[in-house]
Amino acid sequence: MRERNWTLPLAGVLIVALVLGIMIGPYPLSARQILQELLGQGGGTGATVFWNIRLPRVLAAALVGAALAAAGATYQSAFRNPLVSPDILGVSAGAGLGAVLGIYLGLPVLAIQLLGFGTGLVTVALVVTLSLMIGGSVLVMVLCGIALGALAGAGISLIKLMADPDNQLPAITFWLMGSLAGVKRGDLMAAAPAILLGLLPLALLRWRIGLLSLGDDEARSLGVEVGRLRMLAVAGATLVTAAAVSMAGVIGWVGLMVPHMIRLLTGPRFDRLLPAAALAGAAFMVLVDACARTMARQEIPLGILTATLGAPVFIALLARGARQWRQ
Amino acid sequence: MRIIRDLLAASLIAIAPIAPAFAESIQDASGRVVELASDPARIFAAGPPADVLLYVLKPQAMLGWVRAVPENGLQYVLPEVRDLPSLGRLTGKGDTLNLEGLLAAGPQMVLDYGNINPTYLDLAKRVEDQTGVTYVLLDGAFQKTPDTLRDLGAAIGVAARGEELAAKAEAIMAETDRLVASIPAKKRPKVYLARGPEGLESAAKGSIHSEIIERAGGINVAEGDSKGLITVSPEQLHAWAPEIIITVDRDFAANATSMPELAGIPAIDNKRVYLAPQAPFGFIDAPPSVNRLLGLRWLTAKFHPELAGEALPQAVRDFYHDFYQVDLSDEQLKALLGA
Repeated sequence: MRERNWTLPLAGVLIVALVLGIMIGPYPLSARQILQELLGQGGGTGATVFWNIRLPRVLAAALVGAALAAAGATYQSAFRNPLVSPDILGVSAGAGLGAVLGIYLGLPVLAIQLLGFGTGLVTVALVVTLSLMIGGSVLVMVLCGIALGALAGAGISLIKLMADPDNQLPAITFWLMGSLAGVKRGDLMAAAPAILLGLLPLALLRWRIGLLSLGDDEARSLGVEVGRLRMLAVAGATLVTAAAVSMAGVIGWVGLMVPHMIRLLTGPRFDRLLPAAALAGAAFMVLVDACARTMARQEIPLGILTATLGAPVFIALLARGARQWRQ
Repeated sequence: MRIIRDLLAASLIAIAPIAPAFAESIQDASGRVVELASDPARIFAAGPPADVLLYVLKPQAMLGWVRAVPENGLQYVLPEVRDLPSLGRLTGKGDTLNLEGLLAAGPQMVLDYGNINPTYLDLAKRVEDQTGVTYVLLDGAFQKTPDTLRDLGAAIGVAARGEELAAKAEAIMAETDRLVASIPAKKRPKVYLARGPEGLESAAKGSIHSEIIERAGGINVAEGDSKGLITVSPEQLHAWAPEIIITVDRDFAANATSMPELAGIPAIDNKRVYLAPQAPFGFIDAPPSVNRLLGLRWLTAKFHPELAGEALPQAVRDFYHDFYQVDLSDEQLKALLGA
């Protein structure tokens, strides 16, 4: 059963999640209305809600979920470490710093997103450069990521301290908790190419990246250029994460938890894990986001929901894993 | 050396209230009666709401601003307070002033004004115990504004001004209540308060940031589950379908009617999106202080232009004259209220 290919069933799950996602929301849209919209026979407020708000949001949730889960799976394989999540090299903290700076400077929303995207990439580039200068082992890279992440965190705190407490501070706080509430079609158009561009090398190289998890020496003996391949995997995963975070804010746990859960289904083979994790991450995020917009009368930040769901699952996985790792 | 001298001077002044020359007293939000120095000339405002309260009552006793009035607001305050330093805030989370800084400013009392809860009461007591400076914490509930003006004015040696402003505040509230009472419940507008550049932050019903909306006879559609600030989605906005959107964000005010995802909301379609003036202080909150009295008057004019719109410019002039002690030119009035 472990060797089964889960891609098709999970694609089915994603389709169900997408259908549910576009049906659920605080503005009442019946299945018939949605069908009419899809057939081009709708109009009025229903059309605005469906085309400008709910559909972009559901698609953005799917994209962000797929991005974070795929990036998490990639990092975990490339670093041979199950505790690694997409923000381990500081991309979330870096993107957070850029976005918070953008809010502080009162920039337009698109500029805030671009700044977050840019600083996320720059942070990881710095981490990789530093670790190569120091010695290049995976451990050094992760520790550099933690250090620069902490530095970016300090920058965020400094900006919070200086921000106007009436307007900017709440905006910063909400942004750091992650949300898709304000996603527009334009945001989706801007983030989608970056996410797809980052996923492409991961998908194409999924066989080889899978070999990294055998250990550097064995991978090398199979003819893999370990250092370069790992950099490529990190670059792809980072691009994907930075794009997701700059659109949706900081959403933790998805990149850590979804690959682990899917690994229980697919086994550790990366070529099967990657598509399955991306599909499951997308479905998971679409459903979580549907909860975020309907559970209360106000928006519930995604970071709160993913952590609340993620932490218990993660502890359960730890308990299960501890038994296996001891063997 | 200067610092040491300042500190010495400050601590001497700080001890001053303990000297026997008590003149006035005021009951603060903790229920205790605080004895104050007679006609204190150096008062430290602990937060932005206290800044405004102190400015309208006794600007000559201000030591500085917690948050400096922004550049474009300076023309709307008295010249003598324009250059006062920004001293940082003292209470709540995010203190940016330490207690030595407080003492260095040499205050005879600390004035704090705003939300009351056990944390704030305890913080006030701790600061007072540690510094020896009398700390008066007053309840910032909007309804109590006239009493606060009257009582505090009497306590800090400006009884006549306190009485005058209290009477004006009462008049504004009474006029609003009369107007709101004359409007049938069905005609009360559904109002959304938009904050942030995309207008997707709001303040829920019952929050100190939005309480004057209901007071002005509007129905705040943001039925949040918290009393603070909330985020909402455009979809939720469609479901609420507000007839009027009040915003404190210039960008949102400029762009709201051209945002495709908001098309179809009554307030957007009818172009009833109003930017609340911000100078020298916000009309709606920012900070939630005496300035909201004018916000109340402004809101009734936006909600019911046929009843209260025409008299608004004169009301704004009067308020700036009475409370901020500046006489608005026609250009200034236009800049504040829009064309």
